[in-house]
Amino acid sequence: MKALNIIETGYRATLEEQDDPGVWLSYTLKAAGGDVDVLLRGNAVNYAVQGQDSAGLQYGTWQQTQPPRLAENIASMTSKGMSVFIVSEDLQERGLRGVPLVEGLTPVARSELAHLFGRYDQVWHW
Amino acid sequence: MADKKTLTFALMDPPYENARSTTALRLIHIAAKRGYDINVFAYEGSVYLAFAKQKPHPNAMHGRNIEEENHVLTKDLVSSLMEETKRNGGKFDWVNCGLCVDERGATEAVEGVRRGSPGDFLKMAEASDNTLVIGTRG
Amino acid sequence: MASYLLIESRDPYDSNDVRFCCDLAKQLTQQGDQVTVFLVQNGVLPTRAGARADGLSELSKAGIEILADEFSLRERGIPSDRLMAGVKPAPLDVVIDRLAGGCKAIWH
Repeated sequence: MKALNIIETGYRATLEEQDDPGVWLSYTLKAAGGDVDVLLRGNAVNYAVQGQDSAGLQYGTWQQTQPPRLAENIASMTSKGMSVFIVSEDLQERGLRGVPLVEGLTPVARSELAHLFGRYDQVWHW
Repeated sequence: MADKKTLTFALMDPPYENARSTTALRLIHIAAKRGYDINVFAYEGSVYLAFAKQKPHPNAMHGRNIEEENHVLTKDLVSSLMEETKRNGGKFDWVNCGLCVDERGATEAVEGVRRGSPGDFLKMAEASDNTLVIGTRG
Repeated sequence: MASYLLIESRDPYDSNDVRFCCDLAKQLTQQGDQVTVFLVQNGVLPTRAGARADGLSELSKAGIEILADEFSLRERGIPSDRLMAGVKPAPLDVVIDRLAGGCKAIWH
């Protein structure tokens, strides 16, 4: 069973979770032996941006020591052999053409999504 | 049942926050009536759907006491769906993502719910006729 | 040829991403797949005759099957006999039917 995980929402509870739950789930499924790839679309395309920094949150005396490292997490997926697709127009709409992104991602145009989905047995939108 | 199917649902939303949890349980109800084998992987806030410590309350704004209000407690819906499935010859497996349970303190779930991991979801999906993921929104 | 069930829970008044489902439905149809769009929750709001329906009217013109959850319609006071052209009311059971039948189901 080949599955494509679509991750669209960006920065939902990522500071509390110290991860993006969709990203975390994807590489956990891969580690569990799943044949899983990822499509970043919508605001989640911003996860590919280098230089994100959410360090330093403090509440009273409590300090966050493990802020999310979303770009690193995306990069680790490609290093684990997962294909990570990213929607080109969503990057462009957000002014991300020419901005340093995680390497190894596969851009895909919106017009190519139907073809992409056809390559998978399951398409899961988290 | 000649046309018995196995369906897996992955949920993310907690109760009382948006319409997705209601629709998810409606879908599971339909599958339960058919006696399908049903798997549910409850991820993130949806681990609260089966939280055993939910309590009903009255509704003073509408002048209703606890009994009259008969407030929806999703833990009761989950239990009822389990019974409905079994009554119709199906199997029901509800797995709460363990780490999601821990960080939320939702450690007490109704009977029949077990703790698991994304590995369980993978096994469920691979063994199912089909899987529906109802993701959340930020 | 594959079969797809696109479950749209969002509406165009609250989300500009409803075009994702509409565009995907058209693309899949063009590549020969069978597509049903099933509207649920606030996704049924644009089905009221006279409402701004953005991409839904394009789907209708393209001959793509568009179903609207009967309960969601009733919940919002949208009469089943006053829907925009091309949309049919349907019970949520259809989603389970299609899942059981092996449709690739994508919730949006």
